[in-house]
Amino acid sequence: MTMLEVRDLEVAFGPIAPLSGVSFSLSKGETLGIVGESGSGKSLAAMSVLGLLPLSGGRITAGSIIFDGQELAGLPEPAYRKLRGGRIGLITQNPMTSLDPLQKIGPQVDAVAVLHLGMTSAQARARTVDILGTLRIPEPALICNRYPHQMSGGMKQRIVIAMALAADPDLLVADEPTTALDVTVQAQIIRLLDDLVKERDLALVLITHDMSVVAQTCDKVVVMYAGRVVERGTVTAIFDAPQHPYTQALIGCIPGAAGADEHLTSIPGTVPTVLNYPKGCPFHTRCAHMQPICTTDVPAFVSHNDSAAACHFAGDMK
Amino acid sequence: MTSTTGVASRAMAGFGKSALGRAFGSWLGKIAGGFLILLLLMAIFAPWITPFDYAAQDLMNGNTPPAWPHLLGTDRFGRDVLSRVIYGARTSLSVSATAIAISVSVGMTLGAAAGYFGGLFERVVMTVVDLTWSFPDILIALIFVAIIGPGLTSTMFAIAIAYLAQFTRLTRAQIVQLKRETFIEATINLGARPSHILLRHLLPNAIAPVIVVGMLAIGDGIVLEATLGFFGLGAQPPTPSWGAMMSSGTAQLFLSPWVIIFPGVVVAVTVVAVNLFGDELIRALDIRDRIRGA
Repeated sequence: MTMLEVRDLEVAFGPIAPLSGVSFSLSKGETLGIVGESGSGKSLAAMSVLGLLPLSGGRITAGSIIFDGQELAGLPEPAYRKLRGGRIGLITQNPMTSLDPLQKIGPQVDAVAVLHLGMTSAQARARTVDILGTLRIPEPALICNRYPHQMSGGMKQRIVIAMALAADPDLLVADEPTTALDVTVQAQIIRLLDDLVKERDLALVLITHDMSVVAQTCDKVVVMYAGRVVERGTVTAIFDAPQHPYTQALIGCIPGAAGADEHLTSIPGTVPTVLNYPKGCPFHTRCAHMQPICTTDVPAFVSHNDSAAACHFAGDMK
Repeated sequence: MTSTTGVASRAMAGFGKSALGRAFGSWLGKIAGGFLILLLLMAIFAPWITPFDYAAQDLMNGNTPPAWPHLLGTDRFGRDVLSRVIYGARTSLSVSATAIAISVSVGMTLGAAAGYFGGLFERVVMTVVDLTWSFPDILIALIFVAIIGPGLTSTMFAIAIAYLAQFTRLTRAQIVQLKRETFIEATINLGARPSHILLRHLLPNAIAPVIVVGMLAIGDGIVLEATLGFFGLGAQPPTPSWGAMMSSGTAQLFLSPWVIIFPGVVVAVTVVAVNLFGDELIRALDIRDRIRGA
């Protein structure tokens, strides 16, 4: 059952359109990975789904976002407020600063269930303790009386996840949930999210720039570049036979893929800024296979097995 | 017995860890804080500890130098200077504290609303508030004297308005800064209503510098009260006020200097104590960099 469907989404901040033609869909129990370098529009896509664009002055100018049969584009703020934290949970990148430093953990998590499920604070506390337990937090009842500064980063990220889960959402959006954590904790958090999807039959949108995380946890992948989707498909199809040169380059950057002795590979150049998105194929300025047509025509999606790539030469390349 | 001392020592430990407790931690904090507590107790218990009635005249014994039984001497009406200084603490502290309390509550409300909602509302509020700042304090007091006549009420309103801008600006600056913090964004992401964000998350995080600046402003308020009293715009006779006492003493500055010296010294020492203790509080709360915005 399709939980979230984003179709031809275009986002604009005044005359500038940093996001256009973004489409993806996601069912219950599935994990969708959105990957790309910094500045490729991943987080913006997530913000659009959560209706957070107006806060920073952006708006949806075209396309639609359908969540469980309901159109979200243009939904007024009070209605959105009920969804946010209720049926759609968001996990942000920075657990260190995502908790109010003056409040104990317990009340902060309780507030979500009180707000969205109409629970009394006693019911909410019981639920909080329960959720913290399932997130493998030791002594959850004790943790409720701690302040955020008394906890480690990995622990805080679990609390943030607990807050996102407190109202029993159907869709979870995790915007680089492991970026601020150290590597051992990263693996734990990713595994935790993976288990949650299976146990609770959640739909998870996982935004990351870590291709190895995607390979481990996702069912579907959307590769974004310069505010556009350049390739999308199942995780097996994309990792087995990436069609877009950008996807190939990203996979080439996974440490270990090139062998232990070699230098880490990187993609030369940087993502173009919103103000100078290239004409034609957005990636042509950094593409090793660039041809004259790439600078003039925007490529259409070409299907290949279980994936589709927006490249003039998709399928022709090895 | 042991359990009571246990509770007491634990309560002491709790106080020691609190910001106020830490402000009392240094010897400077102990001296300044101790003096302020003493002054407060004097003000509260004035009727029981003053040796004479502050208004009782004894014209035969006017302008007597400090000696038993008038420890700080008498003024030209033979009123006991010590009793008047003690009662003066009542006037000064209550007028200044009440005025600052009004100023803080109005200023915080305006500043928080302006900082949170922004836009045209913010611009209008801040312009009006800045305008009040451009008037000299004495002029504001004169306006109130013209409207409701000289007295402590005028003084109170004058002090409240004089410091309104400071609290509004300070609160607004805090809110504007806090609004961009990740945990506020996180709260928005969880679907919290604006009122919840403002009251439960923004204001509690913004309050520490306001408390300290409020504390320091009480010291300034005492000076302003004394100034207005000195010019005859504040406390009216026979209400004892440090400023008014000094003013009445100017006539016999060389004949009976004690009438002007003692209230003056008390004003000076009080203001120094308030400022020193305020500095200790800033240190204890670790908010020096957040105070500068005011």
